[in-house]
Amino acid sequence: MAYVPIADQKEEMHDHPHTFISKYVWSQDHKVIAIQYGSTAIAVGLVGLALSVLMRLQLGYPDSFAMIDPADYYQFVTMHGMIMVVYLLTALFLGGFGNYLIPLQLGARDMVFPFLNMLSYWFFLLSCIILMASFFVPGGPTGAGWTLYPPQAITKGTPGSDMGIVLMLASLAVFIVAFTMGGLNYVTTILQARTRGMTLMRMPLSIWGIFVATVLGLFAFPALFVAAIMMFFDKMVGTSFFLPAMVALGETLEHDGGSPVLFQHLFWFFGHPEVYIVALPAFGLVSDVLSCHARKNIFGYRMMVWAIIAIGGLSFIVWAHHMYVSGMNPYFGFFFAFTTLIIAVPTAIKVYNWVLTLWQGNIRLTVPMLFACGFIFTFVHGGLTGIFLGNVTVDLPLSDTYFVIAHFHMVMGVSPVLVLYAAIYHWFPKASGKMFNVTLGKIHFWATFFGTYAIYLPMHYLGLMGVPRRYYAMGTTDFVPDSAQALNANITLAAIWVAAFQVVFIVNIVWSLWKGKKSDPNPWEATSLEWFTHEHPPGHGNWGPELPTVYRWAYEYSVPGAKSDFVPQNMPPEEVEMEDPNAKYVGHDL
Amino acid sequence: MSLLKSIFDKPWDYQGEDPGLKGRELGEGLHPKRIALRMFLAVVFVLFMLFIVAYFIRMDLDDWRPMPEPGLLWVNTVMLFLCSAAMQWTRGAAKRSMTKQVKWGMLASGALTLAFIFGQVSAWEELNNAGFYLNSNPANSFFYLLTGLHGLHILGGLWVWTRSTFKVWSGIEIKAVRLSVELCAVYWHFLLLVWLVVFALLSYT
Repeated sequence: MAYVPIADQKEEMHDHPHTFISKYVWSQDHKVIAIQYGSTAIAVGLVGLALSVLMRLQLGYPDSFAMIDPADYYQFVTMHGMIMVVYLLTALFLGGFGNYLIPLQLGARDMVFPFLNMLSYWFFLLSCIILMASFFVPGGPTGAGWTLYPPQAITKGTPGSDMGIVLMLASLAVFIVAFTMGGLNYVTTILQARTRGMTLMRMPLSIWGIFVATVLGLFAFPALFVAAIMMFFDKMVGTSFFLPAMVALGETLEHDGGSPVLFQHLFWFFGHPEVYIVALPAFGLVSDVLSCHARKNIFGYRMMVWAIIAIGGLSFIVWAHHMYVSGMNPYFGFFFAFTTLIIAVPTAIKVYNWVLTLWQGNIRLTVPMLFACGFIFTFVHGGLTGIFLGNVTVDLPLSDTYFVIAHFHMVMGVSPVLVLYAAIYHWFPKASGKMFNVTLGKIHFWATFFGTYAIYLPMHYLGLMGVPRRYYAMGTTDFVPDSAQALNANITLAAIWVAAFQVVFIVNIVWSLWKGKKSDPNPWEATSLEWFTHEHPPGHGNWGPELPTVYRWAYEYSVPGAKSDFVPQNMPPEEVEMEDPNAKYVGHDL
Repeated sequence: MSLLKSIFDKPWDYQGEDPGLKGRELGEGLHPKRIALRMFLAVVFVLFMLFIVAYFIRMDLDDWRPMPEPGLLWVNTVMLFLCSAAMQWTRGAAKRSMTKQVKWGMLASGALTLAFIFGQVSAWEELNNAGFYLNSNPANSFFYLLTGLHGLHILGGLWVWTRSTFKVWSGIEIKAVRLSVELCAVYWHFLLLVWLVVFALLSYT
């Protein structure tokens, strides 16, 4: 018999797991792995959240918290940044949602390499454990900033320069191995295991976002890997890849001639695509949520796909806009400012298309929809300040101020997190079979949305005033007025407020899993395949005896003349009921 | 449908029969393992390319002192060529289901590969004894790093090779291992190419 990949196998060919351990622990089922990935990422993310509150306590009330010394503060900053960017956002979007949605939205039974998929999760867990272990080693975790710039990252005097940085590099290397295993799987599954009729241009935008982000990740993470290996050698063996001749704590080091800027190039060659590794899945997921809850087809589907691809391509040639103040050749800045501003074009196309999707839609202000709309606000806001910072001359005075903190937290902190919430609330009924509490969800949204604005809007002003970032305490200076400190205290209160309201989310999810009422198999009346599984929530193998057949794209909402306001992807054209029995169903956008 | 054509596809424009439904049938098209290997090779290519870019940037700084490559590397290169040739020959044998040839072909490729690894380690030793330590100059550091990384990739390949060879010798039908043998061969050819680039780089700079 010819080989049939697992994703395509017929029901009876599929080997079902029987024991508790093979079902839920060493599971090769993409849905279980997705939930493992997601819950691990959220658990680590809560640590990152707690760290940010500790940082804000210090910044808001600089003389009140004796237990936070400068070294602690830098360790909090570093770990908060790395956890949020890599271990929460990347892992939750690709490991969590990628795993859950790819086979379900494409009509496959599982990933093409389930064993590799399982391995990917366990490597990810290992990387998290190594990272968390660094809190407990002598000297604590690294305090070099999440960018880990040499020379200070591995030079004595920086907190955690002994064991902390080594564990950080090891953890990143393991994470990259985990990601590569997962990523090869996602890409191959998307290219190979789509069901009958699911052409690439019929895939939901979620899958497009995850697909391009995965490709970016596969090609960008090696840069971090290279940088981590070379830094590891500098630290452990005494090579001089990045370390110049220098005197540290009165001691001449043995290093000589290395180039710290080389590290920055490698780091940001990873670091900038990383922004889009987080953003593209968010773009995709939010498109699906917006279209479904606005009961309207996504505006400009093909443009959306091309914009995702264009952003993905461009993201590899903008990295040095993070380095305008690093002392690189000024002509570089000229080039990178140009490419950076170009990337605003496809991004703006996407924003216009989201807004135009809402236009004259039949909007249902459900909890996921609130979060998705909130995302449009925060993303536009953060994106516009990005255009400021993309210009060299504007960036130079602002680069080391709170303006940058405000910018990137709006654009790649708050925005993707709002999408994550939208997506979690949207797919929670499918994954769990239970409905969440809507009131708690709405409270969670409004508190988070206004709370984050209360945090980051004032930071723009702090930045324009020239308040420097990365400082443990401002002390007394001529150019920072007392009012800035008052603002800082208020920001801290807002941060505590936002953090506290995330508890509402956790409570809602846990309580709903336990006691929530049963949800409908398709509570949002969505069109994509995952809502039409054989069982609800989908069982092992997803589709029962027959794989679904796809007849159209995933955005067939409010079709003129059709009885129902949505036509599922897998409903044969002749079964679509029309209001006028003589009328023939034609696709919406012919 | 090719990838490029797919992107320009307008599935809503289909008149009459839906070509999306004509597409591939179950299990048709490129084998997923082939796609995965190609993607993986692309990732490895990027990894080495980034190292090489870093090499060139670091090379321009003042303290770079080129180091002499041991002549042994030429022997190792020949060895790796032979590995590739043996793999290719085995691949051909597997295609024609010649069990005996596949068995010995796999063993021969493995032995040659181990000889290559042994040769590389000896080259390291030779350099170390001559006083070219890993941390004494960036040129040395890069030499050890690049050859080491290449060696690690070969060792990773040997893991797959071990599994396939074990299968072949356990008397399984050749049909069942044909793909593994073929993918091993592709991987070995790729690592030969990488080695040639790395070797040229190390020798001429």
